[in-house]
Formats: sequence, C-alpha cells, structure tokens
Amino acid sequence: MSAKAKAKLTPEQRSATLRRVLGRIKPYSFYVVCSLIVAAVSVAAQLYIPILCGNAIDFMLGKGNVQMAAVMKIIVEILVIALIAAFAQWLLSVCNNRITFSVSRDLRNAALRKIQSLPLSYLDSHPSGDIVSRMVADVDTFADGLLMGFTQLFSGLLTIFGTLLFMLRENVPITLVVVCITPLSLVVASFLAKRSYGYFQSQSKVRGEQTALVNEMIEGQKVVQAFGHEAESLSAFDEVNDRLQDVSLKAIFFSSLTNPATRFVNNIVYAGVGLVGAIYAVRGGITIGQLSIFLSYANQYTKPFNEISGVVTELQNALACAARVFELLDAEDQIPEADNAVVLAPDGHVELKDVSFRYLPDRPLIEGLNLDVKPGQRIAIVGPTGCGKTTLINLLMRFYDVNGGSISVSGTDIRNVTRASLRGSYGMVLQDTWLRAGTIRENIAYGKPDATDEEVIAAAKAAHAHSFIRRLPDGYNTVIAEDGGNISQGQKQLLCIARVMLCLPPMLILDEATSSIDTRTEVRIQAAFAQMMKGRTSFIVAHRLSTIREADVILVMKDGHIIEQGDHDTLLAKGGFYAKLYNSQFEGVET
Amino acid sequence: MNKMLGYLREYKKESILAPLFKMLEATFDLFVPLVMADIVNIGIAAHDFHYILARCGILLLLAMIGLTCSLTAQYFSAKAAVGYSTALRHALFAHIQTLSFTEMDTLGTSTLITRMTSDVNQVQSGLNLFLRLFLRSPFVVIGAMIMAFTVDVKAALIFVVAIPLLSVVVFGVMVITRPLYKTVQNRLDRVLGLTRENLTGVRVVRAFDKEQSEIDRFEDANALLTKMQLHVGHISALMNPLTYVIINLAIVAILYVGGVEINLGGMAAGSVIALVNYMNQILVELVKLANLIVQVSKALACAGRVQAVLDTKPGMEFPKELLGEVPADKSGDAVRFDHVSLTYAGAGDASLSDITFTAKKGQTIGVIGGTGSGKSSLISLIPRFYDATKGTVEVFGRPVQEYPREKLRGKVSVVMQKAQLFGGTIRSNLLWGNKNATDDELWAALETAQAAEFVRSKPMGLDEPVEQGGRNLSGGQKQRLTIARALVGRPDVLILDDSASALDYATDAALRKALAALPGGLTVFIVSQRAASLQHADQIVVLDDGHMVGLGTHAQLLESCPVYQEIYASQFKKGDAEK
Repeated sequence: MSAKAKAKLTPEQRSATLRRVLGRIKPYSFYVVCSLIVAAVSVAAQLYIPILCGNAIDFMLGKGNVQMAAVMKIIVEILVIALIAAFAQWLLSVCNNRITFSVSRDLRNAALRKIQSLPLSYLDSHPSGDIVSRMVADVDTFADGLLMGFTQLFSGLLTIFGTLLFMLRENVPITLVVVCITPLSLVVASFLAKRSYGYFQSQSKVRGEQTALVNEMIEGQKVVQAFGHEAESLSAFDEVNDRLQDVSLKAIFFSSLTNPATRFVNNIVYAGVGLVGAIYAVRGGITIGQLSIFLSYANQYTKPFNEISGVVTELQNALACAARVFELLDAEDQIPEADNAVVLAPDGHVELKDVSFRYLPDRPLIEGLNLDVKPGQRIAIVGPTGCGKTTLINLLMRFYDVNGGSISVSGTDIRNVTRASLRGSYGMVLQDTWLRAGTIRENIAYGKPDATDEEVIAAAKAAHAHSFIRRLPDGYNTVIAEDGGNISQGQKQLLCIARVMLCLPPMLILDEATSSIDTRTEVRIQAAFAQMMKGRTSFIVAHRLSTIREADVILVMKDGHIIEQGDHDTLLAKGGFYAKLYNSQFEGVET
Repeated sequence: MNKMLGYLREYKKESILAPLFKMLEATFDLFVPLVMADIVNIGIAAHDFHYILARCGILLLLAMIGLTCSLTAQYFSAKAAVGYSTALRHALFAHIQTLSFTEMDTLGTSTLITRMTSDVNQVQSGLNLFLRLFLRSPFVVIGAMIMAFTVDVKAALIFVVAIPLLSVVVFGVMVITRPLYKTVQNRLDRVLGLTRENLTGVRVVRAFDKEQSEIDRFEDANALLTKMQLHVGHISALMNPLTYVIINLAIVAILYVGGVEINLGGMAAGSVIALVNYMNQILVELVKLANLIVQVSKALACAGRVQAVLDTKPGMEFPKELLGEVPADKSGDAVRFDHVSLTYAGAGDASLSDITFTAKKGQTIGVIGGTGSGKSSLISLIPRFYDATKGTVEVFGRPVQEYPREKLRGKVSVVMQKAQLFGGTIRSNLLWGNKNATDDELWAALETAQAAEFVRSKPMGLDEPVEQGGRNLSGGQKQRLTIARALVGRPDVLILDDSASALDYATDAALRKALAALPGGLTVFIVSQRAASLQHADQIVVLDDGHMVGLGTHAQLLESCPVYQEIYASQFKKGDAEK
C-alpha cells in the first residue's frame, strides 16, 4: 500500500467516490440483492441455532425427566437450519466474489483503455510506476476492502442487531450486561489502533529509509568493492537496521495487543452473563437452556464488533484506493480526432510553419520554427542535450500538439488527419529500445502481424539482426523476457530496426536509433537505412556526427531554435556552432 | 535451514517463553467452560449464591491471568521475531559485501534487494505468528478433547470423530486452493507485466497504431485472471459452510447423547453446555491453525530464498597479506596479460581468448572494439573483479591473486561505465577514494577530472548534497565526479571504462590532456568506442569478439589492422582526419 493510499479523503470526496463505486457495482445489482438476501438468511439461521440448543437443554430436566421426542424434534430442526445457513453462507461468498472480482476486472480494463487514450503529456509527466500501482495494487486493495465490506459489514450489523433482538426477547437485564460491557472492547481496540498507527507510520518511514539504502548500496556494490568501502557501508546499514528493530518491536507489540485485549473484554462479558444469568436462573427468571443461549451469544457478540471496526478501516482504505483509480480514469483524454479527419496519403512533403511549443506553460521551448522538407529529403537534427531534438519528433508524430503554428504533411494539417494514418506513415526507431514480452518473431512482426516468415527473416537480415537471432537457442522463437534481460541493448536496438524494416512506411524517424550499437555494425546498418531512406523523407536525430554527415539538410538546434541550417559542407565552411561541435571530436587528432 | 536458525539463538529465551506463555493462556481458556458447568450444575441447582459469585470471581481471575500470559507471550514473540529479522538482515548485508562480481551477476541486484527487504519481512511475520500459535492451536484442540473426556466419556467420543473430519475439511480446502492461488498470482503478474509494457512502450504502441490490439490482449489476460479468482473463490468459500455443518452435526450428537445420559442420570445440563462450548473453541482454533500453516509456509519459502543468498559462497579468496616476490625483469611492468582467457559463469562462449600484452609503468593503453567485443571484460581482470579462466594477469610483477583485496584495489582504480554515486555530499563521495584526503587533494582531483568548475558553481561547493544514486546531477557531471573519486585514491593504475561517454568531445579531450599531465607515472587504461579518444595512447589493444586482433600505436594499427581501419573509417571519413 502506498503512503498516498492512506491519505484521508475529505467527507465530500468520500461520498463522491462512494457514489462512483456504487455506479461501478450497478451492473451487478442482481448479485448485490442476492447477497443481501442470503446474508440475512444466513445470519438469522445462525442466531436461531443457539436458541434451539437452549430449548433442547430445557427438555433435559434431570434423571428420568428428559423428553427425548421433543429433543429429537429439535435436533432435526437444528440440522435443517444448519444446512440452510451453510448453503446461504456459500451463496453469499459466491455472490460477493462475483461482484468484487467483476468490478475490479472492469476497473482494470477501463484503466488500460484510459492509458491508450491519454495524451502523452500525461504519461510522460506521471511516473509509470505510479500508474501501474494504481491499476494493480490499488485495484487489488480496493477489491479486498470491497469483498470484506460485503462479506462482513452487512452480516456483522445484522448479527449485532439480531443478537440484541433475540436477547431482549429472552431477558432484558442480562442483555443490558452484554450491551454495557461490550463497547469496552471497541474503546480498547481503538486506543491500541491509534497507538500502533503512529508506530507503524514510523516503521514504514524507517523501512523506506532502509530500502533506499539497500537499493543504493547493492546497486553500487561493484563500486563499494572497488573502493574497499564494505565496512563503512555495513555500519551505515546497521545504524538504520537497529533503528528499524526498535520501531518494529513497538509497532508489532502494540498491534498484537488488540486480540488479547478484546478477548479479555469478551471474557468479562462472559463472566458477567454467567453471574447475572445464574442469579436469574436461581430465582427462576430464566431456564438453564436460556442461560446457555446467552452464554453462546456472549461468546460471539464481540466478534462482529471487532470485525466491523476492522471493516471500516478497510473500507476507508478501499475508498482511498478507488479514489486514486478514479483520478486516473478522470484524467483528460487526448484531443479527439476531428470528425472530418482524413486518411493521410503521404507524399513525403512535411512543412512546419511558425511552430511554437512548450511542455510547461511558463517555459517556452520551441518558438517560431519554420521548416520545409521536400519529399525524399534526409533531415538530420543535431544540438546539445535539451535543445528540443526529441520534442520535434514528438510533434511530428503528434504525440504532442503544437501550441502555435502548424505542421502539415502533404499539405494537410496533421490535426485534420487520423492519428493512425499519420503515425502509420512514419517508421520510428527510438533510442529507448522497447520490446514486448514475447518471441522475437512477434516483436519483429509487431506492426504487421500477418507477415510471413520470409518477410520477417528478410527484415531481420536487413537490420543485421539475423545472425545473432540464429545463434539464440530458439532462434526466432526465443522468448524475450519482460525486462529483455536475455539480449543486449545493442541487439534490442537491431530488433527495433527490423520491426520498422518490415513495415517500410513512406517516412522515417530515427531518434538516436543506433546509439547502443558499435560503430562498425552501425556502418552496416547505415547502409541498410540508406537503402530504406532512398525516396523516403527521413528525420534523424543522432549523437555521432559521422551519422549525420550525409544528410541533405542538417538542422542545428539550440534552445528550441534552429540556429543553423544547411548541408555538412556549407555548415563547416560557415565556421559556426556546427563546425565547433564537429571539430571538437577530432581535437588532438593527428595522422 | 540450520544456518538460519542460528540467528535465533540470541533470542532463545524469548523463543521458548513466547509459546509457553501462549499455552498457559490457552490452559486458562480451557477451564472456563468447566467453571461455567459447575455454576449451572452446582450453583444453580443448589441455589447457592455464594458459590455462583465465587465461581464468577474465578472466571474473572482466569480472564486476567489469561490476559497477562498473553501479553507476555506477545511481547516475547515480537521481540524474538524482530530481533531475529534484524540479525538476519545484518548477516545478509554483510554476506553480500563478501560476494564477488561473478556471484553478484548471477544473483542480480533486484533479487538481492527483494530478499533483503520483503522476504525478510515475511520471515519476520511468519516467525512471529509461529511462535504465538504453533503450540497454542494444537494444544487447544487436543486440550478441548481431553476436557470433554473429563466431562463425559461417551460424549467425548463425538469429539474423536468430529476433530479429524473438521481437519480434513480445513486442510483439504487449503491443500486444494494453494496451487490455485499460485496460478492467480501468476496471472496477476501477467496483468501487471502487460500494464507496465503498455506504459513504457506507449510511443511504439501508438506509432504502430496498436491501441486496440493492446486493449484486446490486456482484456484477455484480465479475463483469465478474473476467471481464476472466481474459481478459487468458490472453492475456498466451501470451508466455512462445511465446517459449520460438521460442528452442528457434532452439537446435535452432543444434545442426543446428553439427552440420553441425563435421562439415565449420568450427566447434568451444565455439562452439555460445556461440551458445546468446547466444540466451538475447536473450530476457532482449527481455522487459526490453517491460516498459520499458510503464513508459515509462505515465510518458509521466503526463508529458503534468503538462505540461498547466505549459502552463496564468495567465489574468490583474497590472501591476507602480500604473497610472492617481484622478479627483477618485471620491475618496469605495470600490467601484464599472459595468454589470458575468460569465460563467465554460465556463459557458453569465452568472452576473452588468449590475450597477451604488457603495459609499462606510466603508459597510456587504449582498448577499442565493438559492442560485446570484451573491452570491459578485459579491464575488469586487472582489479580482479573476475578471475581469468586461463592464463595470468599480473600487476606490478605479481599475479593479481597474490594481493590482498584492499591492496590491489588501492593500486588499481576503475571508473566504471555506469557512473554510480551515493547519497551524501560531493565531499563524502570523493572521500570514498581516500578517507584522509585534504580539501586541496579533492580540488586537485576535481581539476584533473574537469569537474572543478561545476562543483565551484554549486552553492555549497564540496558540501553540495548528492541525492541517492546522484539523481540531482547530470550524466556528464556524475561521470566526472566518479573520475575524480578514483583520482582521490592516488591509484597507480587508473582504468576509464568508457567513462567519458557522456562528456562532449571538448571535455573528453581536456580530460585526457590533464591525465597525461599528472605527475608520478600513472598508468592509464582508456576503454572507448571513439578512436579519437585513443589516438595519443602508447599502445592500443584492438578487440574483436574476445580476440586481440591488433596491438600497437594508432599509426601502426592504421597500417596493419583491418578491424581498426574499419572502426576508424566508420568514425572519420577520409580527409576529415587530416584537418
């Protein structure tokens, strides 16, 4: 559970969230109604059995004075009612499972759909770990709370009121004993809960500190060893470890007091009922059988109280989690496609007119950018980190919308074409080598799932990936693990290139596409790219200047502006920023 | 597991007292129904108010003693469990410090972190629960049965039948559902994986217009998860109703036997109440026991994983003191590779094959080659991060195996590819190289590493805080600080493993110039993919697929080594280099 989940909601938020949760449950109202009915049946039956037992005992008055026929009749009744109660209990669980798991499934599906329609600005600015935890951990906690709530809240309340009713019917003073002493357990429980909550808070704080330290030290273990820093890092660890021991002991001890304490209150209730009940029994106010009913009830009466106080915290927690999920679901979608959006027929002509863009409202990044790319041209973008190279690509792909000006492809503003057709016109290879968990074949054929084996292999060959794939134990059927741990970064990049090679879209975007590949292989891939780029408009962002040299137009960007524009020779001759950048790599070179 | 139990030895007293006190508490619980039976059978029957009052007093007393015992038990078990996990974490951390790079590679950092944190936590709560319940629950079950025998032998036989039946249901449901819960977990992991994948790959998904197919894929996995959850849910939902039916069958049987016995005069009504009470106690404890077993087996699985780390033996022994003599003819050698090969543990192919070269004191050695050609492997043999599988690596005339760890790593300092800094300040990070370095020495190292300027520009200078992992610094700044950190230790051999990759060309060149200007004959290894960075080197080792395919100066290699020519040509077009 994240710390945020524990953050208390305001009452308004709580009721708003509750309303939305109810909305989510609505499709399953049939099960909710069933659940309520069977819960009532099961509680009533369970409460009735002690009464039947008591009645049976009252037919056993002493030696030679037992009415066996009456006892047998009650025995049969008990059996029937026990079966009914058991069946109702099972149905209750089935209904509640159905409601809970369906609702949480719906929430997860809705969240994933949401992810697909959120603007990239949202996804880029929210850590993916946070979104994952909302979708998985929060939905899970929510489901647990909901299940507990459904299972225990209603039946707990029914049990309390049912017991009260049955007891009042039998004897008022004894009932008063129970009613007066029982709240003591709530007082004790809430006192302990408050006390241990504080300790748990500090425990999770120290635990977080320790995890961070462990993370850092173990990730840097090689450095620790290289500098012989083992003893120091162990003593830093021990310091936190000892503090953790201290707070953990307190937290665990205090929280483990709840059970014994409530059990103690329960025992007092039991003794009280025994005393008052026995006195009444002696005076003939109640029978022994009735006393036995009270004793059974006294044994069980505190249980629903404890459960309900647990359920309430769980439910609050569940609501907080649900609120976090809804927050994700409420995030604003990307701008929907225009109704008259056309399918793009790209000819490779891209034009940027007076484009301005900023990620943050108060920090302008790209201002007044103009660019006219003729079909088939190769555009290279260079410049220092943070100058807006990748941003330009975000705009071309319409991952982000421009704040001012326009981008058009084949003369059509890209805001008036369908996203699918715009993005389908570009083949994109990014520095970030994303592959999905699956086989190599699946990954290469990602953009064209119906590709034949020959096409896949041809694409892999073009990307110079075929030879390493062949050497893998299962060849094209090798499964790439979720983190891609079984192949190297460079190999991943080759697969990303093969993925694009298979689709052969009319325009290309290569954002540091060969950064993890050594220069020799890169030269070979460049040849394949060159082949691919023939007749295709392409945008290349690269770190290595050797990659850029052959471009038709080199855009030198700095602070969001294009400060120089031209081909390699022109720019070198100009002796400006590009020339400085280019020459610095050869500083000190002599032949 | 023996080794793991060893850490409990320090808490022997607590580990014995906790379950004992818990058992004591249970014993007092078991007396309650008997006392109540007496109240009914004797007190009420004889209309004896004093007797009733006295017995109720006993009930209160029992409750109080029970509470005291239970609190004591909770305290001891919490103390033992927390103390144990603290000791275990300490032992784990200390053990990880002794592991060599080979073991770290095999285990993986994320695994080690999970084991140190969540696995140990699981062990802690498992142990806590175990100490409290493992004696108590069986004791109550058996105790209740024995008590039943003291009440009435015939009625007690009902217990003899009911307890095994209840156990079958409780443990049967548990045994059936456990593997199913594992499947649920796997399917949840799949859902989690798909979610993460969709977030990290959002650009690719959208570039290929795959949103809908990703949704379909996710919904399939999600539906599978829900189906399994419902399946397990229905089965485990059987436990309560089934036990409830069995308990009521037993109660009915007690009523029947009780009726017959009372009629014959062998039993009193209060005893029937006591027997029913015992039956209910048994059910409560069996459910607790089943839960305990689930928790404990989870904890045991975690303990096994922790154990596996503790059992990993450090693969490398370092001598306590310097061994061997330096032969006279090797006195001028800084680093020598003699027919060295390296095959990583678990890898099929050799990463380095038959490498031989000598670096003289004060030389600069360049190492160049493609991705995966073995550059990093080669240099990691010098500080003995790994042992060569064949051949010998010598540092200043002695095989690296003859050096104590601190001695060797004091002489040979590596700046790794990944710039790793630690939470603290710039100063505290630099002092890793040498605890006793003065500020002047730190600044000198920063100057050489081209880091002085940006450190000076920080508001707090050397005392500028560094966040964990150095998050508040840029890649280039981190790299320069790691270089400075290595220089603070005044090593004899400095290895830069592609550690200038985040630096721009100008800074890289300045760094090389400053290193060359350092007094005292520092031997420098520079690993790089950029031919330009290595031009000045006295010797360049050219690696290709683990083989040394060239050794010589830039000019020599340009003449004779085809791989070097190819690398060079890929970075400099003809004509450019002549500028």
